[in-house]
Amino acid sequence: MDALMIARLQFASTTIFHYFFVPVSIGLAFTIAIMQTLYVIKKKDVYRKMTKFWAALFLINFAVGVVTGILQEFQFGMNWSTYSRFVGDVFGPSLAIEGLLAFFLESTFIAVWVFGWNRLPKKVHLASIWLVWIGSVASAFWILSANSFMQNPVGFEFAGDRAQMDNFLAILSNPHLWAQFPHVLVTSLVTGAFLVAGISAWKLLRKHDVEMFKRSFRVSIIIGASAAFVMLFTGHWQAQYLVESQPMKMAAAEALWETSDDPAPFNVYASINAEEKKNDYELQIPYLLSFLSFNKFSGSLDGLNQLQAEYEDKYGPGDYIPAVKPLFWVFRIMTGVGGLLLLLGLYGGYVSRKKQVPKRNLFLKFMPWAMALPFIANTAGWLLTELGRQPWVVFGIMKTEDAVSPSVSAGEMLFSLIMFTVLYSLLAIVTIYLFARHIKKPEFHEEEQETTSDLLETGEGGSGHVTS
Amino acid sequence: MSLAEFWYLLIAILFVGFFVLEGFDFGVGMVARFLGKNDTEKRVYINTIGPFWDANEVWLITAGGAMFAAFPHWYATMFSGFYIPLVFMLLALIIRGVSFEFRGKVDDPKWRNTWDWTLTIGSFLPPILWGVVLANFMTGMPIGEDKEMVGGFLQFLHPFALLGGVMMLALFLVHGLQFISIRTTGELNERAKRLNDRVSPAALILLLSFVIAGYFITDVFTYHGQTFIILPLLGVVALYWGMSRDTGERASFALTTLSIILLTGSIFLGIFPRVMISSISEAYSLTVDNASSGAYTLKLMSYFSLALLPFVLGYQAWSYYIFRKRIKKEDELEY
Repeated sequence: MDALMIARLQFASTTIFHYFFVPVSIGLAFTIAIMQTLYVIKKKDVYRKMTKFWAALFLINFAVGVVTGILQEFQFGMNWSTYSRFVGDVFGPSLAIEGLLAFFLESTFIAVWVFGWNRLPKKVHLASIWLVWIGSVASAFWILSANSFMQNPVGFEFAGDRAQMDNFLAILSNPHLWAQFPHVLVTSLVTGAFLVAGISAWKLLRKHDVEMFKRSFRVSIIIGASAAFVMLFTGHWQAQYLVESQPMKMAAAEALWETSDDPAPFNVYASINAEEKKNDYELQIPYLLSFLSFNKFSGSLDGLNQLQAEYEDKYGPGDYIPAVKPLFWVFRIMTGVGGLLLLLGLYGGYVSRKKQVPKRNLFLKFMPWAMALPFIANTAGWLLTELGRQPWVVFGIMKTEDAVSPSVSAGEMLFSLIMFTVLYSLLAIVTIYLFARHIKKPEFHEEEQETTSDLLETGEGGSGHVTS
Repeated sequence: MSLAEFWYLLIAILFVGFFVLEGFDFGVGMVARFLGKNDTEKRVYINTIGPFWDANEVWLITAGGAMFAAFPHWYATMFSGFYIPLVFMLLALIIRGVSFEFRGKVDDPKWRNTWDWTLTIGSFLPPILWGVVLANFMTGMPIGEDKEMVGGFLQFLHPFALLGGVMMLALFLVHGLQFISIRTTGELNERAKRLNDRVSPAALILLLSFVIAGYFITDVFTYHGQTFIILPLLGVVALYWGMSRDTGERASFALTTLSIILLTGSIFLGIFPRVMISSISEAYSLTVDNASSGAYTLKLMSYFSLALLPFVLGYQAWSYYIFRKRIKKEDELEY
C-alpha cells in the first residue's frame, strides 16, 4: 500500500470511529438537559435520578469523543500537509474558532456540571449542561463549515499556489453548510434519543426501576419521533441540494450511468457493472427520481458518463467517477434505515401515549436492537458525503491524491494506522463493556455518582459557599 | 506590530498557557499512582486536577487550530515533520484522557491499577515529547526549499533534545507537586512536598543546563542580543526561589508558573521572527511572513479572538474559583 491509501484509510477509520461518539454526545446532552430541566421545573426526584443515570453513559461517551477528536485536528497536518498548506487560510479558521467558541465552553462546563451538583445553585448548574450542549452544537457547526468548503468551495481566491479567504460571509452562508448542518443536528438528536429509548425498553422489559425508565422512554421517544420526522425533510432538502451542486455524487448514488429519461425512474435495485459503466439489471419505480430530485413528476438527471465527459472538458483528462457501487448502497442503507427510524419513533410515541408503559412486548424487544440503526445510517451518510466527493479533496480544486504529506513515508503512516487501530479497538471494547455494565445493574443509586465537591464544604482554604 | 506578528504572539501565548496549565496536571498525573498509598489517596491526588485537565488540554487544541488558520505552512511542516513524536503524543493524550473517566467506573483493584498506569504513562510521555520538540525548534530542523522536513525521526533525538525532554519532565513534575500542595491538606500535602524537596534540585540543574546549552548550541537566546539570556535565567531563578518551603505554597506555585512562562516564552520570543528554523539554510526557514495566511483571514480571526477570549478566560477563571477548596480524604471522590 502506498502512503496515499494508508492516509485515506486512517482518515476514514478514525473519522468513522470518532463519529460514533459525536452524535451521541450531541443527542444525549440534549436529552439529559431536557430531563434536568424537567427536574428543575417539576422538582420531582425521579427526574434528577434519570439525569444522573443517563449522565453516566453520556460522560463515558463524551470522554472517548473528546480524545478521538484531538487526532482529527492533528491528522490534517500530519498526513495531509499539502492539503493543509493549500487551504489552511480558509479551512483553518473554522477549526480555530471551533476551539475558541466550542471546545473551551464544552470542556469547562462539563467539569462544572460534573463536579457542581450540590455546589451550585440549581439553575446555574442546569445552565451548565445546556452550555455543554450548545458547545457541542457549535462544534458541529464549525467543523461542518470546514467540510462544506471541501464539498462546495466558496469565499476564497487563489493567491499563488494557495487558496486564500476573501469572503467569510460566503463561507458562513455556504448553501452546502445549510443543507448539511440541520441534517447532522437532527440525526444526532435521533441517535441520542434512540439510545435512551432502546436502553429504557430493555430496562422496562426487566422491570428495573419502572418509574424512571417509563419516563425516560417517553422523553426520548418524543424527542426521537419529532427529530426523525424533521430528519425526513432535512435529508430530502440536502439530497435535492446535492443534485444541483454535486450531480456526480448523486448520479453515483443512483447508479445512473446514462442521462435519464424525463421523467426519471428511481432504481430500487441495480446490478452495477462498473467495468463497462452500466447496470446489468435495474428494478425501477417510474417518476420517483424526478419527484425526489425536483418535487415534481418531470425533469431528467445527468448520467455519470455524460458528467465524466463534461468534467474532462472542464478539469482535463482523468477519472471523475467516484466508487459507484458503495455509493449506491450506502445511499439506500441511509435512507432505508432513516425511514425505519421514523416509523419506529412514530409507533413508539403512539404506544406510549397517555403516559403509559408501552405494552407491546415485541416492540420493546426490538427497540434495543434499533439502537444500532442511527449509527448505521450516520456512517452510511458520511461515506456518501466523503466517498461521493472523490477524486476531489476540495471539489473542483484539489485532488485527494495531491493532498497527502510528501515528507511522511508509507512505513510511518502504516505504523500510525496500526497504533490507532489497536488503540481504538481497545477503546471500543472498554466503552461497550462500561455501557453494558452500567445498563445491566438492576439498581441505580445516585450516591455512586456523587462527586468530590459534595463534601468539599468542610475543607479549609476556600471561603464559604458559592451557593447563596 | 503586523497582523502576522500579532498571531505569532497569540499562538505563543496559547502554547505557553498550555504548558503552564496542562503542565501541572501532567505533573499530578505522573505522581498520583506513586504518592497515593491506597485507592482513596490516589483519588484525592487525581481529583485535584479533575475539574481542570480537560479545559487545560483545549489550550493545545486551540493553539493547533490557530496555527492551522494563521500559519498553514508552520502547521503543515511541524505536524508532518514531527510525525512519529506526534503519534506517540496523541496515543498518550488519548489513553490519559479516558483514564480519568474510566478509572472510577469499576470498583476493582486490577481495573483501577490499569487506568492508573495509563494515566501515569499518558502523563509522562507528553512532557518528554514537548521537550524534544521545543529543543528541535531551537536547534532548527532539516527543512528544505519546499518547506517540507526531510529525514527520519531519529534525527530529533540528539543529546540537546533529550536534555530538553528530561528537563520538561522535571519542570512539570515540580509544577504538579506545587499544585498538589495548594490543593491538599495534611499527610498527602506533606508527601508531595517531601518528594518536591528531592526532585526540585534536579529540576533546577536540568533547567540551568538546558538554558546554558541552549545559549551555546542554538541562537535562540542570543538572536535578539546577549542580554536576552536574562529572561530564561530569570526562569531558573524563579524555580530556585519556589523550591524553598519558606516561600509558601501559593507563592511557590506562582513561581514555578513564572518559571515555565519565562522559559517557554523566551523560546518563542527567541525564535521570532522565524516560526521554524531550517538547519539546511537560513533562507528555507519558515518565518511569520512566509508562513502566514492572508491579511483577510488574520484580520477576521483577530476580531473573533479579541471578542471571545475575554469570555473564555473569564469562565475558565470562574471554574478555578468555584473549585478552589482543598481536597481531603474524607470527601466523596470522583474517578
